[in-house]
Amino acid sequence: MIDVRNLTKKYGCVRAVDGISFHVDKGSIVGFLGPNGAGKTTTLKILTCYQPATSGQAAIAGFDVLTQSLDVRRNIGYMPESPGLYPEMKVHEFLKFRAALREIPRRRRRAAIARVAVLCRLSEPENMLRRNMGELSRGYRQRVALADALLHSPPVLILDEPTSGLDPTQIRSMRELILTLGGSHTIILSSHILAEVEQTCDRLIVIAGGKIAACGTPDELRKSVIGPSRIVAEIQGNREEVLQAFKGIPDVRDVQIKSIGKWQRVTIRNKDNTDRRSDIAHLAHKRGWALRELRDEAGSLEDFFVQMTYEQNIESTDRRPESN
Amino acid sequence: MRKTLLLARREISGFFYSPVAYVIGALFLLASGIWFFHAIFRQGQPATLRPLFEAMAYIMVFATPLLTMRLVSEEFRTGTFETLVTAPVTDTQVIVGKFLGVLFFYMLLLGCTGLYMWLLAIYGRPDPGVAVMGYCGMVLLGAAFLAVGLFTSTLTTHQAVAAILGIAILSVFAILMQLLTLHAPSPWGHLAARLNAMTYFKDFARGMFDTRGVVFFLSSTALFLFLSVKMLESRRWK
Repeated sequence: MIDVRNLTKKYGCVRAVDGISFHVDKGSIVGFLGPNGAGKTTTLKILTCYQPATSGQAAIAGFDVLTQSLDVRRNIGYMPESPGLYPEMKVHEFLKFRAALREIPRRRRRAAIARVAVLCRLSEPENMLRRNMGELSRGYRQRVALADALLHSPPVLILDEPTSGLDPTQIRSMRELILTLGGSHTIILSSHILAEVEQTCDRLIVIAGGKIAACGTPDELRKSVIGPSRIVAEIQGNREEVLQAFKGIPDVRDVQIKSIGKWQRVTIRNKDNTDRRSDIAHLAHKRGWALRELRDEAGSLEDFFVQMTYEQNIESTDRRPESN
Repeated sequence: MRKTLLLARREISGFFYSPVAYVIGALFLLASGIWFFHAIFRQGQPATLRPLFEAMAYIMVFATPLLTMRLVSEEFRTGTFETLVTAPVTDTQVIVGKFLGVLFFYMLLLGCTGLYMWLLAIYGRPDPGVAVMGYCGMVLLGAAFLAVGLFTSTLTTHQAVAAILGIAILSVFAILMQLLTLHAPSPWGHLAARLNAMTYFKDFARGMFDTRGVVFFLSSTALFLFLSVKMLESRRWK
């Protein structure tokens, strides 16, 4: 549904987006994740035809963003980071205006507005449709912008930081809304908050310094952080005996040990994803060692995100003043 | 065309919500009213609006950029421009829609001066032909001036800067060229007369229909609308 190949955008000598390529399948929710200034918004602006790329190609629903811009814009619903709404207009007037601009036939406009008002909770618990947009809170402004993006039921939704500036309740409600839209729409959303995209997206594209740092499902990314399973155990026993005993367990890649008083803190990395906690418990029992902790340590995507973006930003220091 | 008219309608409704538009409208009507009662609506004066038209043309040098200053610059500033152009509309539709919207508001203001014509008709016998040509001239001049103002509004995110730039450009074509026409030696004086908007407008105010004036005003309008579209497109060249 979205196909991006070698997309590059330069602002003077700065490469905001540096040769990125990715593909988004129909009906999936893809999170575009990266720190501020990573190139997320620039990429989204290119996809929405607001600005062209310096080089490379991007196509949405089979239409090229440069040469078939109007067709692309008919097929997308875009919610910018700071929604531009006319403060003097009432919400229903704005949606009516946007419905006409989006070529929805006159007889279907009322139904389309009613549908998005229910979907984005603009009609309940309080009817916001008669309110002036200048009076709306940030949360409701975001909802109006999303309602506008959904008016013509576009196959592709592009949401730039949809939860930015919202309070925790509003973030949760926006997240739920995005999840309900998945499946019937292909969604690409940007964020610099990992936990947010992890909960809503099928696939993550981590961008840093204008380049794609990683791409995959949250599980795939998690595995790439610490590799296969890692077990942490705290055992009371002789350091050397414990180390040799654990090294002898089949398919163990390496064992690290650290003494904490009488206790040995052991970190065991496996060659595969097999859960070896029962083997370890059995071994400790057989040798008569006391065991006070045994856990499978899940990979932290947050660590991965920080690590990847940090590395990319260091690289970008060399990248920005582009050599001629 | 449907989208252009839709954008024009939104622009017109925007004017009715804008206090600035009301202030400019009130000041325009106040200035034209004072001029009418001071210079025209007096015993012994000929029953013609010609002096009013000529005065209004100079008022427009300052009034039209104030009307147009927010058209695009405000959209840039508030971020509504991004929302607007990521919908399936072309830059030309955006510019022409905004132009038609402001032209309608301008003609509404101009229509209010019809009251003066009615007063003249009660107490005298004004020449309807001269009046019609005067209004035609005001519309043509206004269209060109509004196009200049719209163009300067695409240059900046600051309304005040857009207004000042508009007034500066219009002053060149309406005031500086007039002075050069009168005082510069040939061929500069001759060239200035060709570029002087007021030379063409005065023919209309006198009741004359001169195709040179029509061509001058329409081509100026088209040129500045074209430049405005190019300015919007220029975001794609950066």
